[in-house]
Amino acid sequence: MKVAEKNIVIDRDENCAAPNLRSEHDKGLELLKYLILGTLFGIVFVKAEIISWFRIQEMFRLQSFHMYGVIGSAVVTGIISIQLIKRLNIKTIHGETILIQDKVFKKGQVIGGFIFGLGWAITGACPGPLFAQIGSGYSVVLVTLISALAGTWVYGKFADKLPN
Amino acid sequence: MNQFIEWISQPWPWYIAGPMIGLTVPALLILGNKTFGISSSLRHICAACVPAGIPFFTYNWKNEMWNLLFVLGVGIGGFLAVTFLANPESIVISEATQADLAALGITDFSDLMPSDIFSWSNLFTAKGLLFFVVGGFLVGFGTRYAGGCTSGHAIMGISNLQWPSLVATIFFMIGGFLMTLVLMEPLMKMVGF
Repeated sequence: MKVAEKNIVIDRDENCAAPNLRSEHDKGLELLKYLILGTLFGIVFVKAEIISWFRIQEMFRLQSFHMYGVIGSAVVTGIISIQLIKRLNIKTIHGETILIQDKVFKKGQVIGGFIFGLGWAITGACPGPLFAQIGSGYSVVLVTLISALAGTWVYGKFADKLPN
Repeated sequence: MNQFIEWISQPWPWYIAGPMIGLTVPALLILGNKTFGISSSLRHICAACVPAGIPFFTYNWKNEMWNLLFVLGVGIGGFLAVTFLANPESIVISEATQADLAALGITDFSDLMPSDIFSWSNLFTAKGLLFFVVGGFLVGFGTRYAGGCTSGHAIMGISNLQWPSLVATIFFMIGGFLMTLVLMEPLMKMVGF
């Protein structure tokens, strides 16, 4: 019986940082739109040189405005978009009300955030650019990705023992 | 058409790229109530491949398939951009950065990534250990501990005016500044630059 208990799988993970809040499951070709959106996103990443290790160095050395301009204007666009969605009560294409969970403060945002910052400066990549770097032909970044997966796994393994 | 390809093959300025990235937030919400966040894909891959009975990885990852397809798309987009829209010129880096990095031992400034670091020949060396293994581990461990990365916190979270995301972003930056301005030089010397 113990084995069976272990295999209980929760369908909706409330702890997911990037949750899927659609009430129905996405089926088959419906998922294709996320692939297309990701593809556009990857093209922007490369064409604006956001995946470049040099651009991240410039940013942390305060020697170029480029990355601050990218992140800053992305945030302003995001703020305006979410305000419009909320105020105009814009629905999803399936007619559902748009749901956004609040982020809950945890110590992890300080400690984990700091740890990620160290890694961001070394690799020149946050998780998104890792995938774009690999696609752009920097195949050795596969090793970085596997190591990032190992880091995620180790966090998961010890999550309940870490201060949070 | 050729002129158009030539035009978009030039590096895109921040005021084009930034708003396009920002529009991913409403696009995902409107297309299917999805909250933008890329580092979660790493967790879903762990949940799919090596859950090992760990509660943190025991959930229906198939419900988050959209996130995995999104990052697959990011990889495909990277391929398309360098294959069909490649910038014929070398990357233009700030002169100050180029001077700083040259002093640290970087010699190749022609591409998006310096071949001094990002090549397979460095894999089993101290350079590879630092830049791929340690760097990657810190990214994976740190983002999950922080509950998000640049996309989930800095863009999605702050767009939704969430102060915990602002705190996370501030600490991303503190970690990055400390590494770049203080730790990078001794670490690079240690690994043989």
